[in-house]
Amino acid sequence: MSEHIVPVKVYVTIFLVLLVGTTLTVIAAFIDFPWRLNTIVALTIATVKATFVVLYFMHVRYSTRLVWVIVIAAFFWMAILFAFTLADYFTRGWLSTQSG
Amino acid sequence: MSSPAATDHVHGHPALQHHFENMEQQREAGTLGMWIFLVTEIMFFGGMFLAYALYRTFYPAAFASGSNHLDIWLGGFNTAVLILSSFTMAMAVYFTQVGKLRPQVVCLGLTLLLGLTFLGVKAVEYYSKYEDHLIPGHVIPGRPFDPKVQEEGQPLDPHALHLLPGATKEKVELFYWIYFAMTGMHAVHMIIGAGLLTYLIIFSIRLRFDPEYHSPVEVIGLYWHFVDIVWIFLFPLLYLLGRHFHH
Repeated sequence: MSEHIVPVKVYVTIFLVLLVGTTLTVIAAFIDFPWRLNTIVALTIATVKATFVVLYFMHVRYSTRLVWVIVIAAFFWMAILFAFTLADYFTRGWLSTQSG
Repeated sequence: MSSPAATDHVHGHPALQHHFENMEQQREAGTLGMWIFLVTEIMFFGGMFLAYALYRTFYPAAFASGSNHLDIWLGGFNTAVLILSSFTMAMAVYFTQVGKLRPQVVCLGLTLLLGLTFLGVKAVEYYSKYEDHLIPGHVIPGRPFDPKVQEEGQPLDPHALHLLPGATKEKVELFYWIYFAMTGMHAVHMIIGAGLLTYLIIFSIRLRFDPEYHSPVEVIGLYWHFVDIVWIFLFPLLYLLGRHFHH
């Protein structure tokens, strides 16, 4: 039993994908999208880039189930951190009694 | 001690520790341990990203004003440098896995060089913020946060801060606190990474790693890629998004 060796071709592909993503995010920054789409586009590109890095450069795609659990748990916990804090701050204006 | 592990130790790899059954178990334990450490790192940086999200929502105009003063091209160049360094790091792991010493050392050296390039560009950026009096608070003794503000009708001054409607200097200072906290912690991670790469290069030259034993290369690679991911988010959030606050 030996570990999975990711072929060079995959690394080169991921590298090119990341460069294209960086170029796209810079181009998108110079375009005025309606509503909050600029933020959404930038974060989507960043998330896609990060996912490629995690799956291929960091070998998670070929790692044990246990590693998968740890990685998913990390992002799940960060989602809790964001969701609960933002749910607090963004709903404060809903109160009818404003205190300064 | 008549388990298969005992025989494994007799004929095992010199790097195999006694508390592991075999090299594969040892390698997987190392990778798992590194990932658990990276979970703490994700939470650590996550807290700062949360602070960014909150304050940007509170003071969008000030955040846009502060963001617009950053150099997109230097930031973009550094993003490309880090991505390339992640690629050379991944290749270093690959060459270690297939047991090619020379390209392994070359790739580690390139990764270190690119990491130092990133830090050099970062230093240039920090210096220009220093010149423009944009270091927040009283971090620099005798040089508090006090940028020149671009007046309307005056000739365009690249060193002056353009305050968008609704932005105040105090709130832009808040942006720079977050900017320096996040990019500073990221830079600290890069400096630690450069140290770790130096260690890898020395021990690679000493033929310490081979296809059977290369956990340090793999695990420091994970760390390096993680630091790259942090920057992948920092670049658009700090440098790019300021341009569209009114939407």
